[in-house]
Amino acid sequence: MGKAILYDSTLCIGCRLCEGACAERWGLPYDDKIAAEEKLSAHKLTAVQTHGERFNRRLCMHCEDPTCASVCPVGAFRKTALGPVVYDEARCIGCRYCMLACPFQVPAYTWNSRLPVVKKCDMCYERQQAGLATACAEACPTGATISGERDALIAEARRRIAENPGQYYDRIYGIEEVGGTSVLFLSAVPFEELGLPAGLPREPLPLLTWRALSHVPDIVVVGTVLLGGVWWITHRREEVAAAEAPEKEKAA
Amino acid sequence: MNRLRQLTVWQWIFAALMLGGLYATTVRVFYGLGGATHLSDQFPWGLWIGFDVLCGVGLAAGGFTLAAIVHIFNIESYKPILRATILTAFLGYSLVVVALLFDLGRPYRIWHPLVMWNPRSVMFEVAWCVMLYTTVLALEFVPVVFERVGWQAPLRWMRAVSIPLVMAGVILSTLHQSSLGSLYLIVPAKLHPLWYTPLLPLFFFLSALAVGFAMTIFESWHSSRAFGRQLEAPLLASMARVLAVLLGFYLVLRFWDLWRRGALGRALENRTESYLFVLEIALLLLPMLLLFRRHVRLRPGALYACAVMVIFGFVANRLNVSVTGMEAGSGTAYLPKWTEVAVTLAIIALGFAIFRFAARHLPIFAAEAPAAAGRPAPLAARGD
Repeated sequence: MGKAILYDSTLCIGCRLCEGACAERWGLPYDDKIAAEEKLSAHKLTAVQTHGERFNRRLCMHCEDPTCASVCPVGAFRKTALGPVVYDEARCIGCRYCMLACPFQVPAYTWNSRLPVVKKCDMCYERQQAGLATACAEACPTGATISGERDALIAEARRRIAENPGQYYDRIYGIEEVGGTSVLFLSAVPFEELGLPAGLPREPLPLLTWRALSHVPDIVVVGTVLLGGVWWITHRREEVAAAEAPEKEKAA
Repeated sequence: MNRLRQLTVWQWIFAALMLGGLYATTVRVFYGLGGATHLSDQFPWGLWIGFDVLCGVGLAAGGFTLAAIVHIFNIESYKPILRATILTAFLGYSLVVVALLFDLGRPYRIWHPLVMWNPRSVMFEVAWCVMLYTTVLALEFVPVVFERVGWQAPLRWMRAVSIPLVMAGVILSTLHQSSLGSLYLIVPAKLHPLWYTPLLPLFFFLSALAVGFAMTIFESWHSSRAFGRQLEAPLLASMARVLAVLLGFYLVLRFWDLWRRGALGRALENRTESYLFVLEIALLLLPMLLLFRRHVRLRPGALYACAVMVIFGFVANRLNVSVTGMEAGSGTAYLPKWTEVAVTLAIIALGFAIFRFAARHLPIFAAEAPAAAGRPAPLAARGD
């Protein structure tokens, strides 16, 4: 079923080693000031956030049916068989529809660049291809972030909830949100208290636009027949009138 | 010095807008979107998409409706205003492309959708339709140029393909006018319930039809004043009646949809969204009620005022969908930077200037003379 990441907020101590490892993996600058920003941006592809006494971590969710991949007019995003959703900057025209459409507000843009690109986590695609864990999972000292097969991680999350029922909010975020994601969350409190979007539909968002787009052939066929028909009728009437005119004159 | 003094107020305004646009363009080129706009990761689409593209395409909708009326429905009486409308549409679409070149992060890759396909993407469909339809409009308008330079052979070829061309134009327009609404189907959790509905494509299409008629009335009135022509008053009056019926149908459907989704109550909240929703509806409801009255339709000044209201109502709707309705869901506020406004104003000014130039030098209104005999005497175009 593909690779995934499980983040267990109850184990996170907010050390931000995942952020540092991620910045290093991308060759992005990282210092105390950037560490304190707590939000995703073009120079911070994962962000640890403080919510009272708890922590949460944001990164690309790597949806099973990614909204970004469906909306991109040039197919710059792709859900790989391995699991990660990857971005090809050589295709990108910079329309930023992916940023508008992403239900998790993940893609970021290098706004001040003259040749801007979209930036987002790619779940360490080339590390995964080599059979390695993601940089963030490798850096995590408490096991709050682990990477592995999605099925195995879901089973692991269920086991944790079952073994410590008092410690967890009884749900796994990412199993059914917008058709499922490859990043899964465990928490002690409802997920909206950790700043994760609540009330997302269970069905993949691309279905919403597909329902409209799938009517395009109907409109073309019905439109052509209808317009052709109207044109034939209106101009036939004219021909008939033109043919009858001299006869009427004769009769008169 | 003497020549400078001869410039009219409008020419001064035009020059100022062009200078502002030019400066903003250099900012855009050298400092990127970050330097030229107030866009952000949370709010990636602003004025250039919300106004220049969404409104620009809609305001040019008169082109396909009038072409269908004249060539498909064979209602010849509308022929005198067809060329001006096609010209406006062609200009409108060309300027939308210019605006896109400002908005795209990598404008030099605007051709990518031609070879890199993603048929699941609404944006991909819009890109193809807009490209093809702009070509159709160019082909529909080019006979005017051939007439001016007196090329007979190409004129005959164009006449042979004119009907399939018009049909293609109508279908392409139906597709992308509605698809601009479909773009927002993907943001159910971000767009405010006063605007988010599965019917967005239908609403975008119907309102584009309506504003197409309003724009035709608007520009007939303006060109009649600017070029000292007679206004096709009875023609515009009958068009206004269609406009009123269309607006009525749109508004009934809009309110039925709000009621069905249980979103009607949101219109009465003490929030910016609710106020701007009421403004949008009022700007469409008021001209609809007025246009159902015969004496309003027959008075050029009142007719013009109604058309302007519809245009503003339409613009309010598109900006509400793209800006007002998206702010809360994106967790941020957006107000365009002055450079964004400067580019938009310069593009509008350019549109007016090119229309004026073309109307002076090309036989835009030439079809008037032979058709005039069969029509009732036109009213003089006066504001009163």
